[in-house]
Amino acid sequence: MTAVDMPRGSILGTRVQRVEDPEFLTTGAVYTEDLTDERLTGAVRLTYVRAPIPHARIASIDTSAATAAPGCVAVFTAADLTDVPEAGPAMPMFPAPMAQSLLASGTVRYVGEPVAVVVHEERYDGEDLAELVEVDYDPLPAVVDPRKAVAGETLLFPEAGTNVAMAQPPEHADDFFADCEVVVTHEIVNQRVAVAPLEVRAAAAVWSDDRLTTWIPNQGAQGSQAAVAGALGLPKEQVRVITPAVGGAFGAKFGADPEHILVGWVARRLGRPATWVETRSENMVGMTHGRGQVQTIAIGGDRDGNIKAYRLDVVQDTGAYPRIGAVLPTLTLLMAPGVYDFDRIETSFASVVTNTTPVGAYRGAGRPEATAVVERAIDLFAAEIGMDPAEVRHRNVLPAFTEPVQSKGGALYDSGDYTMALDTVLKAADYDGLRREQAARRERGDTKLLGIGLSTYVEITGAGMEAGNPRENATVEIHPDGTATILTGTSPHGQGHSTVWAMLASEELGIPIEKITVKWGDTDLVPEGGGTGGSRSLQQGGAAVKQAAVELVEVARGRAADRLEVAPEDLVVDHALAGLSVKGVPDTGISFAQLAEDEPLRVRTVFSAPGATYPFGAHVAVVEVDVETGKATLERLIALDDAGVIMNPLIAEGQRHGGLAQGAAQALLEEVLYDEDGNPTTTTFADYPIVTATELPSFELVTTETPTSYNSLGAKGIGEAGTIGATPAVQNAVIDAVAHLGVRHIDMPTSPMRIWSAINDAAGAAAGEGNGN
Amino acid sequence: MIPAAFDYVKADTLDHAVQLLAEHGEDAKVIAGGHSLLPMMKLRLAFPTVLIDIRRAADASYVRVEGEEVAIGALTRHADLVASDVLAAEAPLLAEVAAHVGDPQVRHRGTIGGSVAHSDPAADLPSAVLASDATLVLQGPGGRREVKAADFFLGYFETVLSPDELLVELRVPRTGTGGWGYEKFVRRANDWAIVGVATVAGRVALANMGNKPLRAARTEEALASGASIADAAALAAEDTSPVEDMHANADYRRHLARVLTRRALEAAAARP
Amino acid sequence: MQVTITVNGETRTDEVEPRLLLVHYLRDVAGLKATNIGCDTSSCGACTVHVDGESVKSCTVLAAQADGTSVTTLEGLAQGETLHPVQTAFRAEHGLQCGFCTPGMVMAAASLLKENPSPSEQEVREGLEGNICRCTGYHNIVRAVLAAADTMAGKDATGTDASGSDAEAVTA
Repeated sequence: MTAVDMPRGSILGTRVQRVEDPEFLTTGAVYTEDLTDERLTGAVRLTYVRAPIPHARIASIDTSAATAAPGCVAVFTAADLTDVPEAGPAMPMFPAPMAQSLLASGTVRYVGEPVAVVVHEERYDGEDLAELVEVDYDPLPAVVDPRKAVAGETLLFPEAGTNVAMAQPPEHADDFFADCEVVVTHEIVNQRVAVAPLEVRAAAAVWSDDRLTTWIPNQGAQGSQAAVAGALGLPKEQVRVITPAVGGAFGAKFGADPEHILVGWVARRLGRPATWVETRSENMVGMTHGRGQVQTIAIGGDRDGNIKAYRLDVVQDTGAYPRIGAVLPTLTLLMAPGVYDFDRIETSFASVVTNTTPVGAYRGAGRPEATAVVERAIDLFAAEIGMDPAEVRHRNVLPAFTEPVQSKGGALYDSGDYTMALDTVLKAADYDGLRREQAARRERGDTKLLGIGLSTYVEITGAGMEAGNPRENATVEIHPDGTATILTGTSPHGQGHSTVWAMLASEELGIPIEKITVKWGDTDLVPEGGGTGGSRSLQQGGAAVKQAAVELVEVARGRAADRLEVAPEDLVVDHALAGLSVKGVPDTGISFAQLAEDEPLRVRTVFSAPGATYPFGAHVAVVEVDVETGKATLERLIALDDAGVIMNPLIAEGQRHGGLAQGAAQALLEEVLYDEDGNPTTTTFADYPIVTATELPSFELVTTETPTSYNSLGAKGIGEAGTIGATPAVQNAVIDAVAHLGVRHIDMPTSPMRIWSAINDAAGAAAGEGNGN
Repeated sequence: MIPAAFDYVKADTLDHAVQLLAEHGEDAKVIAGGHSLLPMMKLRLAFPTVLIDIRRAADASYVRVEGEEVAIGALTRHADLVASDVLAAEAPLLAEVAAHVGDPQVRHRGTIGGSVAHSDPAADLPSAVLASDATLVLQGPGGRREVKAADFFLGYFETVLSPDELLVELRVPRTGTGGWGYEKFVRRANDWAIVGVATVAGRVALANMGNKPLRAARTEEALASGASIADAAALAAEDTSPVEDMHANADYRRHLARVLTRRALEAAAARP
Repeated sequence: MQVTITVNGETRTDEVEPRLLLVHYLRDVAGLKATNIGCDTSSCGACTVHVDGESVKSCTVLAAQADGTSVTTLEGLAQGETLHPVQTAFRAEHGLQCGFCTPGMVMAAASLLKENPSPSEQEVREGLEGNICRCTGYHNIVRAVLAAADTMAGKDATGTDASGSDAEAVTA
């Protein structure tokens, strides 16, 4: 019996261990700071001089002391950047004056803004030299609160005449809530958080043969190439971006920041290779932050729990220079109604500049903000009418659908069964049992109260990085030695593409995954690509790999038919052979490797999806709140996430775990803070409370797979689901724990002091009523 | 981040360290585990020009019974306090508190002398040492002197240590295994205390309720005169002026001090 | 000044600046780049190595303070070709994603298991309180450390997986 006749199980859907890991676990991966590329031998180092105050005119910069100091190669300021194009706004829809130049020119607008760059020989001289650069500032009034920025009393860019970078103004209908028995309104803050990948920003660059080669840890080399080339006024072809290993990104490593770009400029200017790595203290003020919305909701319906009308008005804090963060409210609005079948919605947003670090994308990017606020709104409504929040959700979710459904937010949901998700997760959590336990503790007057929080979500993934339908390219090539190479336009930084892309090709070709090498992140090798973000990679990049492999089989079939002198349709893929053989006639085959001997066996293809996909799920969080201290502890997090068909459960679960932790962390712990003058107060990991293992439980995952028809894998995106579902579940649980004391809302992070204050305020209000006021 | 440049000298013994301190004057700093000093130097909040490394001074890492006291060498690491059988039997409060300092890596480096001499009011060990009514042994050019913990701490990062003196030993009364409690209130396990309360033998000390570790004198007096734990704990925040920061305002800190004092005293009562 | 340090079993003597941090000594002088730097404040643990067999944060130790000690980095953890059980378990349990925290996390976990060979889940979580991972949510890291403990105790680690993963693992 030959292997051809053996039934063969698919590798897809199995828990394949990552092929990436042996390197990570023995020598460590090669991150930008680890590069030993010989082109970088003798590189100079860059250290930035950053603005210490949030808003000021630069009166003067004296670089003479630094320049004269030993070890200093050069000091550059904006005045030296005469050969770069004038900076434009980060995106064309922003007012033209709202542009950040590579080094601050005339005015600084946030603490941490690069003002000058010191170029030096030795790592250890950088901070000493930077301290020698003397900058005189004439302080200006700072705007910190985005709500105040809207009014525009102090303008960051007087020439723009406004602090609003982008907006969709409200159109409030007078009779919007006319048929509602109950209307609840509330302001809800979705706080600013630090993205905080464990690897900070870095770059290396060399200028040779009239061309820039630059290494940047990023989420898509092609986007970084466009950013670097644009800022330096070079044609794209004159810039090669190489992506070393990337130590986490979470949305903040797309494109290139001024600090990355200047490394290339310095390398060209000095004719020497150059490197830069920031400190964590710089990263906390220099890398874009995430979230940062002030949301005002009004939600109305009847006392039977039927919600009729939902209004959401968003003020988005964009920080000092509008970037992608200013656009993200459009996603928040798109996803505003979530899984709910409201009769009508009204939405608006205004993205405003403030004297703070620019806001960009952070895992979820606009959608967590939508889910968090609507899930809070549902709970506020449920509390107002005295109905169990699970029941209110039941009454209002969209019914199951397999054909695309138009949402009230304007999205086209591809497939979903939200009732199933809710019921399944409630059962997994033993919701009724939890409610009984909660009641018993309240009854007994326990110090440790139980809180149960729900969220039901739908999100958008793979929305595409460019105009037109979402698409991605892949190349599969089989070599005469039997190995294969995949080139992908995605850009993994922890997501395991080397493993899963190999699995996808192996499934079609029979080549074992250890013989398949996946390459990305070099614009010479892969000139086009959308990178990895927005949970797009598998459903577009993975689908492209499958499509390339399928097309490659067809190329091979033609060659094999000639070689074997059989009809192409008589040939089938022989997995044991990693080739093709005649149907029903074992031992007649020819391997793909043999077919690659005379001419390359290689296919490049572009996969195009009909649209974005909409994963969904439901989460239950269980917290304990110490009613005496106000401290909330996350006891359980039960998560149902449905992202279509799963290729590798080990990796998909890992993506969910990470998202759940970040989502829970936003609800409980994390917040970037500024004092009222605009000085950041959370600038180190000692001050900014990144969640650690001790604050988290093991997660309980429930998995369902509702396929999408938008790609041949049936897959939707899984990367951001955790952050989207977990945050409101945990926040709702905290509030639920103390709801019987009269608490209706606590903003995130639900810190002990906030919870304690909310309990006190509710008690005070109750006492006031009790006194007959 | 990188510390500003400095010279480095190594002391072989405590006597040698004191001699080096005298030699190098006020710009010198003593470094043991370095987990308080080095982060400040890296953030450029401290700029000593000379570091005197005493970590391997051979005569200063021990925990032993001496009469009615337990003597602890200043260079005893937190990890060694946690693992000490002597402390477990004779002064378990200190072992328990040491287990709450930082994280395992910090406890492998940090020393009790360093932590106490650093005098951070939010740190764990200073309040425990205060609650333990420890006697601190300081060594200078003129020899050794003893200071009670109650007199040692002056304020933020400030103690009665003169620039040429070294904290070399701490002595605490033997308490047996009972009558102690420690409550540390944090958001994350390895954070500094938002408020901490250490109690042993009817003494109560508070962390992060002022610019130095404080004894809750009113609570101690109430306990001594027979008040209930609840009533005594309600007085824990009297005469304190706690700081306000992102974690807690003054009212909340006072509230926490009362709750945690009650819990610490209840734990102590449950350990007869 | 001169320091003599045994790094992964090899003793070397180097001329260093007194302010040179151990992590930069390991990376820039000894050329061992697995050990990463994630923060300025000894908070994140990415730089964790063993000094004389115990976990420390090498960003908060001077090379001068390590004079005369024996330092082990991730590169020196395996015994020849045989990986340490923690390394093996991190792969089997998918305890890493971007890999940046991994060298420090693995070294912290190995030190933890040396001090407490059969920790509970809670003890693992507390034992890793000084190491930040932004990718995994710690779930699989905790699983990996528990599995490594079982392996080191000679127990069969399969079938005791509390994560509910019942599918057969495929090793590439």
